[in-house]
Amino acid sequence: MAASPNAAPQLIGTSGDSLREAFGKALADLADRDPRIVVLDADIAGGTGAHHFRTRHRDRFIQCGIAEQNMMAMAAGLAATGHVPVVTTFAVFCLRAIEQARLSIAYARRNVKIVASHPGIDVGPDGGSAQALEDLAAFRAIPGMTVLSPADPLDMAAAIEAAIAFDGPIYMRTGRSPATRIYERRDDFEIGKGHVLRDGKDVAIIACGVEVARALAAADLLANDGIAASVVNMATIKPIDHALLEELSARTGAIVTAEDHNTLGGLGGAVAESLALHRPCPAEFVGVRDQFGRSGEPGELAELFGLTAPAIAAAARRVIARKSP
Amino acid sequence: MTLLAAETLPETLAPHAVSFPYLASLAVTTRRLAIAGIFNAGSGHPGGSLSSADLLAALYGAELYIPGGDATNPVRDRFVLSKGHAAPALYGIWAAMGWLSPEEAVTLRHRDSRCQGHPHVLDLPLSEASTGSLGQGFSVAIGMALGTRMKGLSSRAYALLGDGELQEGEVWEGAMFAAHHDLSNLLAVIDYNKLQSDDLNANICGLEPLASKWRAFGWHAIEIDGHDLPEIIGAFAAASRVTDRPTVVIAHTVKGKGVPYMENEAPWHGSVKLTRDQASEALLALGVAADRLEDWIHGRIA
Repeated sequence: MAASPNAAPQLIGTSGDSLREAFGKALADLADRDPRIVVLDADIAGGTGAHHFRTRHRDRFIQCGIAEQNMMAMAAGLAATGHVPVVTTFAVFCLRAIEQARLSIAYARRNVKIVASHPGIDVGPDGGSAQALEDLAAFRAIPGMTVLSPADPLDMAAAIEAAIAFDGPIYMRTGRSPATRIYERRDDFEIGKGHVLRDGKDVAIIACGVEVARALAAADLLANDGIAASVVNMATIKPIDHALLEELSARTGAIVTAEDHNTLGGLGGAVAESLALHRPCPAEFVGVRDQFGRSGEPGELAELFGLTAPAIAAAARRVIARKSP
Repeated sequence: MTLLAAETLPETLAPHAVSFPYLASLAVTTRRLAIAGIFNAGSGHPGGSLSSADLLAALYGAELYIPGGDATNPVRDRFVLSKGHAAPALYGIWAAMGWLSPEEAVTLRHRDSRCQGHPHVLDLPLSEASTGSLGQGFSVAIGMALGTRMKGLSSRAYALLGDGELQEGEVWEGAMFAAHHDLSNLLAVIDYNKLQSDDLNANICGLEPLASKWRAFGWHAIEIDGHDLPEIIGAFAAASRVTDRPTVVIAHTVKGKGVPYMENEAPWHGSVKLTRDQASEALLALGVAADRLEDWIHGRIA
């Protein structure tokens, strides 16, 4: 394993910075030195973090109105004329315009970055209609679409920088709620590579987005029982890091995935496909089990839908029990 | 796209000064190659390909600035066939312009051909966009109009839309956006042949009053006969003088124009299989000599 997680990252507490705010600030900074960047917004910039870009780069901020289909396909036209468009809206509205993302962006291989805030039950009080639990699966199925879901504010800033530097269409989740900080530095972000945050031989927990912090907390719970868990921030859902999964499967023989998403087709699906092809081992999938979300505070909903650290730890114990003797 | 060497250009297609007989010859070549391609493919949409041929001839022959058919020229105009099912006509006009070999234009829908059933920009860069899902090409063209304007380029963006396509909500999202942003370098052309896949627009989901709709959305709207080349050219000239808003040219056309048995008949909208007799009858109606039918079917048009 290339990563050397000797000093296991410690949770350094919840900050006021959500992933969406971290995204917006980082993008505004990037645009200071990259004139190619333009941002498209559908009357929701205050919610997506794009307001930071609007304040600093008014002339490159394109207000599209509440019209996501036109916004998504227009971005392809902007890319075709040499801009690097960043489409910003809520994840559910990216699903609304997914056919435009498919045909006008991905099929035409246009260099558009689709940045989706408000994914998963982390959305909280707005309820089931607003909580995208299908987006990773849907966008992952589009040929040529890279799919990212960073874990904390520094990871987010590194991810948007990598996404802008990357030539090709990307779908990336941010997040609504204040994020638990995981990284003190994040200067080694690489699209397509998982990052091993903690090394343990008994089980590997593969997580993305808000679930990474919970996976680290789950590893602490497991350590109390003498179980050594690896924890991976799998910020790239597609292309999935086959080499890392193969190695973890070989070394631990038990995998748990954790995501704020339907357990069908997202990170769990990507990991299961990879394991089945390269190095099969028992796996458990933590996520929302093919249901819609509902209103509630994000922490309450994590309890309700089984996305908490104890739920991840329980899945780890189950999968360890399934290991071949 | 490979530009044909000048010496390989059929004499009838040699570039010359714009004239209405020249545009008419582009249109008839476009129609013939569209029919040949659809016959060879065993499927394809003849009705809307034939109805749009004169519009395409006027656009490519006299209006669009695309020197040498070079799709990498940053100051070129951009044309997007938003009604992507008229691809047979698009490949036909490119061949008529000398930008695509006519032999390739009639390989429509074949596995190894760049001429897919709907235009794909990675296969043929002059497509500018990959289309075939109605409404999207219009939005892409709007993005191009905005994108070139933001770069200070003089390029214009054009989109050809079908009438049934106007039932897509995305079109009206784009119409609002383009007017709000005063995109006077954007021109939409509607191939208004009144028929869509199943029936008349008026029986499916009526569009009228169409010009009033566009005007209410903040556009300059011009209504013309979409088979009258001087009227089409006149409308483009009028559009170029509008500097404060986008323009839509509502071109009244005849579905299947030029092939009498197809004209105004809804069944020829859809993807149809032409028999050899039907293809021959169509090509004869389009002025192909009886002893040249086989040549045209194979794109040997010199």
